[in-house]
Amino acid sequence: MKNITILIFSTLFLFAFKAPPDANEILKKVEENMSSDNRVFESEMIIHGRRGSRTITAKTYSVGDKQSFTEYLSPAREAGTKMLKLENQLWIYSPSTDRTIQISGHLLRQSVMGSDLSYEDMMDDRKLTDVYSAKIVGEEVLDERKTYVLELTAKVEDVAYYRRKMWIDTERYVPLKEELYAKSGQLLKRTTLSNVQKIEGRWFPLTVVFKDMLKQGDGTEFRMTKVQFNQDIPEYLFTKAALKQ
Amino acid sequence: MLAIKLAFKNILGAGFRTILNISVLSFAFVVIIFYNGVLEGWNQQARRDTIEWEIGQGQLWHPDYDPLDFFSYQDAHAPLPEAVQAEVAAGQLTPILLTQASAFPQGRMQGVILKGIDPKQPILKIPTALLADQDGQTPALIGKRMAHAIKAKEGDQLLVRWRDKNGTFDALEVTISGIFDSNVPTIDAGQIWLPLERLQQMLSMPGEATYLVAREGFVPANAAPWVFKGQDFLLADLDTIIQSKKGASGIMYGLLLIIALLAIFDTQVLSIFRRQKEIGTYIALGMTRWQVVGIFTVEGATYSILAILLGALYGTPLLWYLAKVGWAMPSASQDMGISIAEKIYPVFGFGLILGTILLVVLSATVVSFLPARKIAKINPTDALKGKIQ
Repeated sequence: MKNITILIFSTLFLFAFKAPPDANEILKKVEENMSSDNRVFESEMIIHGRRGSRTITAKTYSVGDKQSFTEYLSPAREAGTKMLKLENQLWIYSPSTDRTIQISGHLLRQSVMGSDLSYEDMMDDRKLTDVYSAKIVGEEVLDERKTYVLELTAKVEDVAYYRRKMWIDTERYVPLKEELYAKSGQLLKRTTLSNVQKIEGRWFPLTVVFKDMLKQGDGTEFRMTKVQFNQDIPEYLFTKAALKQ
Repeated sequence: MLAIKLAFKNILGAGFRTILNISVLSFAFVVIIFYNGVLEGWNQQARRDTIEWEIGQGQLWHPDYDPLDFFSYQDAHAPLPEAVQAEVAAGQLTPILLTQASAFPQGRMQGVILKGIDPKQPILKIPTALLADQDGQTPALIGKRMAHAIKAKEGDQLLVRWRDKNGTFDALEVTISGIFDSNVPTIDAGQIWLPLERLQQMLSMPGEATYLVAREGFVPANAAPWVFKGQDFLLADLDTIIQSKKGASGIMYGLLLIIALLAIFDTQVLSIFRRQKEIGTYIALGMTRWQVVGIFTVEGATYSILAILLGALYGTPLLWYLAKVGWAMPSASQDMGISIAEKIYPVFGFGLILGTILLVVLSATVVSFLPARKIAKINPTDALKGKIQ
């Protein structure tokens, strides 16, 4: 009788307090949700500077995390500029000089068109689970959404940010906030994701605000105005020849 | 002797024309000496300061190091070879490690170079003793240009972000422990000096350096693949700047000299035309034509002697005063990226003065001779009649 009572209570306990999933599992779910075979999106990048804001519009085609092609559409000064990323190589075509330049080495650390994003931020395509050890450090409510708070610590040496903190929506498995820290513990960058919408069966944040925490200013807002997944993207787009077309 | 006597007599007889000629020529003479004296003073001061503050008796570079290519800094570091370590221990070399970083004064991002140096180094004039340990804080030393650019003062905290050798971001607040005043902008503008060991620890590069500065008496031995760069190489840019400045200023004082010489040339042409009967008389009295040419040439050259005497009269006290109090440079010149002191003290060497005297006398003699050549073709009877056109 005593054993049966213990069994009943144990079962009730398990149902009442469902153990949170493993941190790596959460990250995998996020990656599944956020990544796709390919996607095509149109975006607006609003860069808030000290002398005002400027908006840059672009159309991007990407296949997995390894290949992407972006064409800047406006303003007139940036229109026609194209960027091609293939694995760990990046090229930029500038129509005013009719030249294609490969961005490498220290140039990757430069800001993308004056924004709070560096080229390198766009280049890091390794899976988070491959470079970080993750653990759940708590649960918080963020913008009325319940989130898991994950702390990621680098497990490899060649990583830009030693520690990250992520707030993951417990239902939609979409990150709502991310903080990037230096080795010393100094907060360096904060990313806020919002306007989460269900597109073609997956939850996807359409607005991302990047903020360099060491600099003054309101950061850079990245809004996707149109997103399509699993499209038929021509192969030639991911070649250097496509930059000059 | 007769020619010199006649020349002085005629020149003094010319009155106001002579005064004008020698005044203009003496002005050119003084300006040439002044300009070259200033350039020489700048050259000596810049070389001295650069040696004392930046290059020492030479530098030993990591093979990948190129000070003009910031992108080379990423790979230009290595542990010191054993032979070099012995020289460092003997105080003959002091290692410096550098890396690119960003500083955030008042929330603005500014690219900087972090330079690590031994606080006890005795080779460079940089007051590195101020980088001694400070209760767990990270002391930093900056120059007056950098302090002005980031609006920092002693005791201020400055947030700095960098990447270690693996590319991982790190950030830290450093404390400005001192602001030094140097005429050498290449160790100041956009640079933050930190204790060497602290920077090595920050970059995960223990025992590593980018280049080493040599002390007087250092004999470069084979430290391959590290490369020794002597003073001649390290001062070559400065020499080129001074040479180009000399060229540019040569145009200016050359124009001034041409104006003065043109006045002498005109005077000579006029003299030969107006003194036809005198020329005819000299020849009639038995002088050869070339002797008469000589009289007129010496007369023209005498202008330069008088000009030099006049120039010495007012130039000597003026230039002596300038050499003593110095010539103030505009404040903007401090940010030009080359070593210029707030005041330049001109240096007037014997060679400069003698060279300028020779230049003025020779050029005046040549421009006096050119119109006087006409005398050699003169018919003495036509000259006596004053019929030469």
